[in-house]
Amino acid sequence: MNPEIGHYALVLSLAVAILMTVIPIWGARAGDAALMKVGTTLALVLAGFVGLSFATLVVAYVQSDFSVLNVVENSHSAKPLLYRITGTWGNHEGSMLLWVLVLAIFAALVALFGNNLPARLKANVLGVQGSVATAFLLFILLTSNPFTRVIPPPAEGQDLNPILQDIGLAIHPPLLYLGYVGFSITFAFAVAALIEGRIDATWARWVRPWALTAWAFLTLGIAMGSYWAYYELGWGGWWFWDPVENASLMPWFAGTALIHSAVVMEKRDALKVWTVLLAILAFSLSLLGTFLVRSGVLTSVHAFATDPSRGVFILAILVFFIGGSLALYALRAPMLRQGGLFAPVSREGALVLNNLLLTAAAAAVLVGTLYPLALEALDGSKITVGPPYFNLTVGALMLPVAFAMPFGPLLAWKRGDLIGASQRLMAAFGAGIVIAALAAYAQGGGPVLAPFGMGLAAFVVIGAVAEVIERAGFGRVPRATAFARLRGLPRAVFGGALAHAGVGVCLFGIIAETSWNAERIAGVKVGGSFEVGGYELTLDRLEPRNGPNYRDLVGVFSVRRGGVEHGTIESAKRLFTARNMPTTESGIRTMGFSQLYVSLGDELPGGGVGVRAYWKPFVTLIWIGSIIMALGGALSLSDRRLRVGAPKPAKKPKVKPDPASPVPAE
Amino acid sequence: MLLWIAFSLMTAAAILAVLWPLRTGAATRAAGTADADLAVYRDQLAEIARDRATGLIGTAEGEAARAEVARRILRATAEIGQEGAVSGGDRRRRLVAAIALVGVPLLAGGLYLWLGSPLYPPQPLAQRLEAQPNPSDIAILIRKVETHLEANPDDGRGYEVVAPIYARIGRFDDAARAWANAIRLLGPSAVRETGLGEALMAQAGGVVTGAAKSAFEAALAADPKDPKARYFLGLAAEQDGRNAQAAAIWSALAADTPADAPWRGLLGDALARVGAEMPAPAAASGPGAADVAAAESLTPAQRQQMIRGMVERLEARLAEQGDDIDGWLRLMRAWSVLGDGAKAKSAAGQARQHFAGDTAALGRIDALARELGLGS
Repeated sequence: MNPEIGHYALVLSLAVAILMTVIPIWGARAGDAALMKVGTTLALVLAGFVGLSFATLVVAYVQSDFSVLNVVENSHSAKPLLYRITGTWGNHEGSMLLWVLVLAIFAALVALFGNNLPARLKANVLGVQGSVATAFLLFILLTSNPFTRVIPPPAEGQDLNPILQDIGLAIHPPLLYLGYVGFSITFAFAVAALIEGRIDATWARWVRPWALTAWAFLTLGIAMGSYWAYYELGWGGWWFWDPVENASLMPWFAGTALIHSAVVMEKRDALKVWTVLLAILAFSLSLLGTFLVRSGVLTSVHAFATDPSRGVFILAILVFFIGGSLALYALRAPMLRQGGLFAPVSREGALVLNNLLLTAAAAAVLVGTLYPLALEALDGSKITVGPPYFNLTVGALMLPVAFAMPFGPLLAWKRGDLIGASQRLMAAFGAGIVIAALAAYAQGGGPVLAPFGMGLAAFVVIGAVAEVIERAGFGRVPRATAFARLRGLPRAVFGGALAHAGVGVCLFGIIAETSWNAERIAGVKVGGSFEVGGYELTLDRLEPRNGPNYRDLVGVFSVRRGGVEHGTIESAKRLFTARNMPTTESGIRTMGFSQLYVSLGDELPGGGVGVRAYWKPFVTLIWIGSIIMALGGALSLSDRRLRVGAPKPAKKPKVKPDPASPVPAE
Repeated sequence: MLLWIAFSLMTAAAILAVLWPLRTGAATRAAGTADADLAVYRDQLAEIARDRATGLIGTAEGEAARAEVARRILRATAEIGQEGAVSGGDRRRRLVAAIALVGVPLLAGGLYLWLGSPLYPPQPLAQRLEAQPNPSDIAILIRKVETHLEANPDDGRGYEVVAPIYARIGRFDDAARAWANAIRLLGPSAVRETGLGEALMAQAGGVVTGAAKSAFEAALAADPKDPKARYFLGLAAEQDGRNAQAAAIWSALAADTPADAPWRGLLGDALARVGAEMPAPAAASGPGAADVAAAESLTPAQRQQMIRGMVERLEARLAEQGDDIDGWLRLMRAWSVLGDGAKAKSAAGQARQHFAGDTAALGRIDALARELGLGS
């Protein structure tokens, strides 16, 4: 396919995005239904053109069309097909195009499934979405054009950064972008509400699924990125408080706050102004994350863009959207009608506490990430804000969040009964204490906080189960009724409980890994062995292997514990010939939830090789917990009431008659 | 052409996306905000009833919540009547249509003509490799030779062909490797060894390294007169700080260098750097020192024969490259001295043909012809 088709599609997308910014909002102002409808068709056409453009670029990569500069710089004809495809977004230009593609797809989804939205709201939402698309399309076309051609075309490309030649690149960025850009929809809803000067009940109904979708993808994206860094970088760490990681964590905190405050807004018509602000903040932090990664202001493993002109452009986009939306907020927020009073001890109160702690955590990460940059810009001094700062601030804020988490869902709306909730949580509390005691016994004199943390994690998991049991009424009503009620519970309840349990599981993994991991650095000769975490590893052989575009030096280790064979681990040092760059391919063996991790270092004079080995107890729970969280989000999303959004005005909503509840009289 | 048709269709689709919804009149009333709100509130009532039935909230709380939602319903119902009717806007719609019809092609077309390269066809690698050899696509030609050499790693000719191309496009590592392979497979020659030496030198950023020096020495072993090898060995001496040796090597080279050799200027500069004089240009095919020495040990007849041979060599060279005025003059004089007036005359005639139009040259030819008494 001719790359020029993609280039023209991209240019045309810009024209379409500009129209999409102007026409629907104009229509909403003038109350012209036809003009508002134009937004719908334009959103669909925009997704089509951006999709065509992206597909053309992918084809250029697959066919190794070296007349396209982007392909020359980031591909190699010897690369396996999968990495030729993923290479499309493994670079600055391509990843920005993916960003806009996700944005356009989300806008198209609003256009397609938003028929039951008030027309004015829909038009404004699409208009705001169009303006974001316009800004980023301009950015791509003017500073980062992926369709720049080269004459004459070289016969071979410069290959992709070897660290990125991994299945992780196929999954991590698309997931992360689905999360980042998903928040553009809630942002568009917030700005649309501010433009109109009113927020309806439908608003919250519509914002919640989008926030949930974005949040679930972002959770998966962050977890995937963490696992990727864990096995690819060869340092055995799963979180480095790297600014790029922080950039994705900030919108996650804001988004987590948003999905909770949106519940309050939907159910109780309260916290409107706050929810709007959170929606703006979540996307602003996503934009900030994009800026941090794409402008090259950071130098880290992710920073593969270093052109300052791009930085200035993104900064302008950032100032326009964040500044503009906050200014609009300042002007219009006082006009929004407040509603729904509640006592401090109530479901609302618990959610407000959650929101305060989560936003404080986001702020702590923001300060820790931007402070070194600001300092460097002011007086040129380079400092690093390291893990101690983040562990202390974020850790201190997350502990109360975890502790309060099981209480929230058990409190009633408006006026809650804390003592009653505590009584219902007695079982969970007991389980936590048992686990803590077991942990203290098992470790016998390790870190003091570890048993406490394990207990907390258990409390969170069991507390989530307790909520569901409590709601079904087990113990209070006959068992058959309770089971019937369990089936009748909305999926959102299961989703919420599942997500909370996921947090507990993740917490369990984090605390176990950080408290009890074991590390061993050794120089081993073939036949030599060493011990880590109670396992004995023997280097059986070192052998060279050849891949399509790399050469491996593979170390094969056999694992024993107490003389019993536990299989082998293969760890490799990989040299990519095109760029002459080495990477480590860590060897990981999973045992239960724990992992044995071996990373090969340099060859030593005299035939041996340097080896770093780690024993990581329960480390996989960190990512399993994140996946459970995302699944909880998905389950919540599958709730009919959320999926449908507001029911069609023409038909009365049919509530499925529940055996336990009579059809409400109206 | 197909490309432009595709562009037009895409543009048309974009415009249609605006025009299509405008075709429906303003009659369609936008779905009211209040209607949607009401539906949500009804749903909330249902949920409260459900919660109360499961015992999640008490009867009193349930009643309070019901009352609250009921208040919201009342407010929303009151708003339904207030939503204004849509004002007719034919003029507005025509304006929007005009913007789309003019603006989209103008913006997209203009921006694309600025940024795009519509005349540059796609170049998928497989297609380039399969196509007929295209002399302008050097990158692919090299790649093809490489593929061929991968399959036939013992084809010395292949390495010899590709090596100078590598050097020309700056891939010195590959050039050095190719020359080394050519030497390995085809045996050493002056050209291959100097090629290898030059590539090694370029790799080292212009420094004649030990390896490069041995290559140049090997070239001299194959051909003691090879000017490139001699020049670079002089350079090696200069880079080592042995200026006197460099001067000696270069002076000897300059003495053997014909006046028309393109590298004379370079040699002059090099000699000036080491503080030596450029020797007078050697006669193009003039007698070298060795020739003179050889001539002295010959009988007069043999000597005459040898000189005749040298003159004939000069004549042969001029027949091929006739734009050397000094060469022609030397030839005329030589035949004249050898007593062959007819040949001297014919040389003058050929020289006149070559320099027809060049008055200065013709003047010199005529002057010499007069001097030698050849007539004109």
